[in-house]
Amino acid sequence: MITDTTPILRVDNISKCFGETCILKGVSLSLRKGEIKVLIGPSGGGKSTLLQCINCLVRPDAGEIHLGEERIDLASKADLCRLRQQVGMIFQDFNLFDHLSAQDNITIALRKVKKLGKREAAERARLELEQVGLGDKAELYPAQLSGGQKQRVAIARALAMDPKALLLDEPTSALDPELIGEVIAVIRALAAKGMTMIMATHQISLISTLADEILFMENGVIVEQGSPAQLLTSGNPSKSQGFCDRLNDLADGGC
Amino acid sequence: MLTLSPFYQELLAALNQGLLMSLALIIPSALGGVLIGISAGALRVFGDRWVRLLGDGYAALFRGTPLVVQLFVLYFGLPNVGVYLSPYAAAVTGFMLCSGAYQSEYVRGALLSIKRGQYFGAQALGFTPWQTVRCIIVPQAVRRAIHGCGNEIVYLIKYSSLAYVVTCMELTGEGKTIATEYFRFTEVFAIIGLYYLALVSLAIFFLKKIEQRLYIPGFGHQ
Repeated sequence: MITDTTPILRVDNISKCFGETCILKGVSLSLRKGEIKVLIGPSGGGKSTLLQCINCLVRPDAGEIHLGEERIDLASKADLCRLRQQVGMIFQDFNLFDHLSAQDNITIALRKVKKLGKREAAERARLELEQVGLGDKAELYPAQLSGGQKQRVAIARALAMDPKALLLDEPTSALDPELIGEVIAVIRALAAKGMTMIMATHQISLISTLADEILFMENGVIVEQGSPAQLLTSGNPSKSQGFCDRLNDLADGGC
Repeated sequence: MLTLSPFYQELLAALNQGLLMSLALIIPSALGGVLIGISAGALRVFGDRWVRLLGDGYAALFRGTPLVVQLFVLYFGLPNVGVYLSPYAAAVTGFMLCSGAYQSEYVRGALLSIKRGQYFGAQALGFTPWQTVRCIIVPQAVRRAIHGCGNEIVYLIKYSSLAYVVTCMELTGEGKTIATEYFRFTEVFAIIGLYYLALVSLAIFFLKKIEQRLYIPGFGHQ
């Protein structure tokens, strides 16, 4: 039986090497319902690869993935499709389908993967677009949307699949500073509704206010983990605090 | 009322008949070429190692040898191994295979130009590899390939004139017969040129219509 304490997603000892370079060296984490974990750490530390391994866009070399009680067979295409349907992914560069309007970006997945009817899919797409404040942009193509709007469509698209958890890979990193706010607002609204998330981000406001737990990744391993209260107090010698201090310095010195 | 001299009457009658043969060569060759091109192009991108090698070999052979040589082999060479093709069949086969090889290159380029993120986006939503290619990659690639593929059809219209070397009497062949008979090469070939110009203009008109039909913001200009 799944209770609130059973993890809805668990990865054990994931490792991944590209040739000689090992990006992930045995990473484990588990995610309970409604929990938000934030991945931070230097670039090249393995955050993106970890997220991509969790829904097998990049196949891990070793390790196990459990969805609820079920162990995912990484060699089975059917298992992978089922895993991916239940674990949504938001990318740094949106990855909207360029040949489809905002609405069709959402309906195509509902129709092809969830096998919904045309009308049902369109209604759901409208609803999701309204949720992210883009009800009036349904007919526009990705080339006609701003970065922030594209990312909101991408979030709407992922949510329409009713995922159990959402993986966000630096969702605001490719955006102009003035567009970040709208995406952050959507992510906050998701958190308020109890969405389960793992998010890699350099956005300091998201790290400190949203995270239930911070995971600091470096050289392919999680070197530090704990709640913001434990890790992020000023003067704390933790790596996480040092990292956030540097982000703050950059933000202050940047303008 | 303007009456044409016997020479022109005979010329136009012959050319019009040749035009029909040319159309009978061009239309199936263009359609077949596009179909072969899409299949071979897709196999050269998505196939496993041996399939890719086979596709690359096909393209290398038909892009690497002159079309005239290919037609000669099909018409004069194949009977040596017991395969007899009519002039028309030999010409259409040659055109299709040659055009398909070039088309496959345009299709391959278009497929390879689709960014990895598009595959990721689809896979992350639970699309199967086949659904990803069919619903996401191909519709985008078609819009990128269409200009090149149209260009190849324009070429095909003109190299269909080579059919007469295997005695398939199309526009150029019919015209050449009249030209030799009357020894009036300038007028005859100038008029043949106009026929081809008209054919190509018509093709460009239809290709433009298709481009407009497929237009999507972000894929070229309207």
